[in-house]
Amino acid sequence: MIQNLHVRKKEENRFSLNRRQRKLITSIVAAILLLGIVVVGALLDEDRIATNLIARNLAPSFDHLFGTDWLGRDMFARTIMGLSLSVKVGLIGAIGSTSIALILGMAAATMGKVADRIISWLIDLFLSVPHLVTLILIAFTLGGGFKGIVMGLVLTHWPSLARVIRAEVMQIRSAEYVQISKQLGKSRGWIAVHHILPHLTPQILIGFMLMFPHVILHESAVTFIGLGLSPHEPAIGIILSESMKYLSAGMWWLAFFPGLCLLMIVQTFDRIGENLRLLLDPTKSND
Amino acid sequence: MRKMLLGKLGIFLLLKGLRMLTLLIAICFISFLLVKNSPIDPIQAYIGADMLKVGPEQREKIAEYWGLDQPVMVQFLNWGSALLAGDLGTSMIFRRPVAEIIGERFVNSLVLMITAWVLSGVIGFVMGVLSAMKKDTWIDRLIKWYCYTLASTPTFWMGLLMLIVFAVWLGWFPIGLGVPAGVLAADVTIADRIEHLILPAITLSIIGVANVALHTRQKLIDVLASDYVLFARARGERGFILFWRHGLRNVALPAITLQFAAFGELFGGAVLAEQIFSYPGLGQATVEAGLRGDVPLLLGLVIFSTFFVFAGNLIADLIYYAVDPRTRESRMI
Amino acid sequence: MPILEVENLSISFNQYTAGLRRKNIQVISSLHVTLEAGEILAVVGASGSGKSLLAHAILGILPDNALVSGTIKYNGEVLNASTQASLRGKEIALIPQSTNYLDPLMRVGNQVRTSVKTGDATVAQRAVFKRLHLQQSVEKMYPFQLSGGMARRTLLSTAIVSDAKVIIADEPTPGLDPVVMKEALNNFREFADNGCAVMLITHDIESALTIADKIAVFYAGTTVEVAPVEDFTGNGESLRHPYSKALWRALPQNDFIPIPGSQPHPSALPTGCLFAPRCTMATPACSEKQPDMQNIRDGMVRCMHAT
Repeated sequence: MIQNLHVRKKEENRFSLNRRQRKLITSIVAAILLLGIVVVGALLDEDRIATNLIARNLAPSFDHLFGTDWLGRDMFARTIMGLSLSVKVGLIGAIGSTSIALILGMAAATMGKVADRIISWLIDLFLSVPHLVTLILIAFTLGGGFKGIVMGLVLTHWPSLARVIRAEVMQIRSAEYVQISKQLGKSRGWIAVHHILPHLTPQILIGFMLMFPHVILHESAVTFIGLGLSPHEPAIGIILSESMKYLSAGMWWLAFFPGLCLLMIVQTFDRIGENLRLLLDPTKSND
Repeated sequence: MRKMLLGKLGIFLLLKGLRMLTLLIAICFISFLLVKNSPIDPIQAYIGADMLKVGPEQREKIAEYWGLDQPVMVQFLNWGSALLAGDLGTSMIFRRPVAEIIGERFVNSLVLMITAWVLSGVIGFVMGVLSAMKKDTWIDRLIKWYCYTLASTPTFWMGLLMLIVFAVWLGWFPIGLGVPAGVLAADVTIADRIEHLILPAITLSIIGVANVALHTRQKLIDVLASDYVLFARARGERGFILFWRHGLRNVALPAITLQFAAFGELFGGAVLAEQIFSYPGLGQATVEAGLRGDVPLLLGLVIFSTFFVFAGNLIADLIYYAVDPRTRESRMI
Repeated sequence: MPILEVENLSISFNQYTAGLRRKNIQVISSLHVTLEAGEILAVVGASGSGKSLLAHAILGILPDNALVSGTIKYNGEVLNASTQASLRGKEIALIPQSTNYLDPLMRVGNQVRTSVKTGDATVAQRAVFKRLHLQQSVEKMYPFQLSGGMARRTLLSTAIVSDAKVIIADEPTPGLDPVVMKEALNNFREFADNGCAVMLITHDIESALTIADKIAVFYAGTTVEVAPVEDFTGNGESLRHPYSKALWRALPQNDFIPIPGSQPHPSALPTGCLFAPRCTMATPACSEKQPDMQNIRDGMVRCMHAT
């Protein structure tokens, strides 16, 4: 009986991939795809979305996959450029927010009771106003535009990750090997760099990847309502908000494709984040 | 015993209230500082397009009227003390007291949010339960796929899709406005209101389902893997009976709590849905205030939405406190 | 005829380890055990040796990722998933270890009543509570409010009200004070004397010896010996397997000599006899093939050197 089982296991490894290997491969493929969009979007020049009055209001076709708008601009090119912009803004927002989460999370866990109290109060503070309202407030304060939206995104996405990092650091700090290091007279900084940071890396990476899609969604939402990126930028939020005027004329493609692409980008990031968590987090290993 | 119970509840509420108070004061102060430092000129925002006709003296008069010539701290204290007296100031766009506008719009938003909240809660819960009970079957995969997709869907895009399909193609619903244009408020029928409510409510529900469903699914899977369910199965229970006896009671409480704790998300969703469907609620007012620099209205809305979120969290805490026997009965012993 | 027979039972799990590897963990291998009506069989082994899984396998409530092989017979009839399902709680009852096995949000009285298969549930539950000296107010309590003794009696009452013929008690005694423990063990004796078959799964060999009729010694996922309780005497000369002997001699009232080494992990079992790496009698042949179960002197043993 035991022998039989062993044989089956070997076959599985040889001929097919197990679930984790599949997840790793899909993640890599997805990451390459995303990278491709960013690069292509950055390489596309303004000519691609130049006004072309002969080709106005065209429904999707082979020439214009996503159709054209009321100025004859190719919606496919606009969408790709918009996605590229979304990813870029998302990247800045997520990196900034992750950094804040890391600093405050570490500080709460290592700098004593008072710091911990203040930081958890600060986290509560940010969580007690609806997220979108905070974003609107910050974007409004900074007068809208690129600076306003990026600051808003950076300042509002850190609280939950900060909590995770705080809990994680507390756990590591109480671990035996850290206590021993401390008794050996290693400095706080040394312990932070050699013991705490290495253990935090997976958590930070997962937190970052899962934050990314949220940042992108919030950016497009705020841009959509008019308080985010300026109307001159080829952002998805702008495209969709402009499309509203033409919906009643039946030009559904103006809204449908750009939104669908945004959804796919967000979902791809989300998937990569989830896969990463499954691969890196041992407590989830058998789900 | 009863008195002690009430006493403990009192302390619990008091502590919650104190925390709320510190947070609220901080939020008031921070938001006030933020909007005061915004580059938008409040006088220009107030006067709007007539800016060119206004001379410097008139400007000064307006500034004096609004108290804009005083130091920021004084302005804050003036604003704060008025706030305590229930005076949120006067909206610059609507030229009416902010409290009045919020009250009026809140009624509209409340109808929308409650509809969406109940719909998404019930449907999401059922989906989550179904998914967990049929774990790893095609039903589970379908529900999971739906939820993960919906969780990545921009609310406003879903709204646009609804508009395209139901308002433009099928023509079942009007394209915008909470009430038909050109009709006096008194003549607006309930049917009219419902007609304008359906699309935004459905949009919010479709999106809102994902969170509850995924949470309920995970929770029920945990419950089904628990020792007590194992023992229940050892006693011959299975299928629907097992869920009814042990699953439901252990999953319902967290799901309801989650719904109450998600008031912030709900408000955010309402902002977008109201904007798309021109539904005259708080969300639309927030966007208007932000776009047109209506500082008193924006501040009022920030404070109000904070109250709203806090109310949700408080209810969630209270439900746990009152319903879960582990907290309820241990207090009585 | 034995009421319950377990033959050649093996259970393994597929588990992901670090990174991308997946491995198969063999928790129970070719296990044999039989249970007669009116007798108490104690399955004795170290903690964490997979004993609980034996109980779960008999009831058919193992998790989905478990791979099971072998046969389980009830009254001579080979069980499958659906017959197991129909026997659970009716013919075969489980008595679990702790209150964790009770629904935290359900009053315990109601939970006992759900085990009643025929007749008025409330009457049956109250009668059992009375018999076990549980006050009627206990039925309105939630599991977290129960004391250790109350919890154990509540769990016991779920088995009593079910009228099951076979009772499997999984570690029913740890953490109990001596008086409650004695009472618990007497309850099991009572069950057996009334014609039930009791399987007592425990790591506490001393208390098992006081009430059991037969002892099955469990090591690394299999039974190495099944012996009548009388054989546990003197220096253990009457015992058949070196591990049973060592276990007996390790008791405080005997020589108190610990067995060197430790039980192998389920993921790294030796190829031959599972006890060979720690056995003083081991020969090269022992490491080649796992010995079969053989009948010796009214007992069963899995050792080629047994006499």
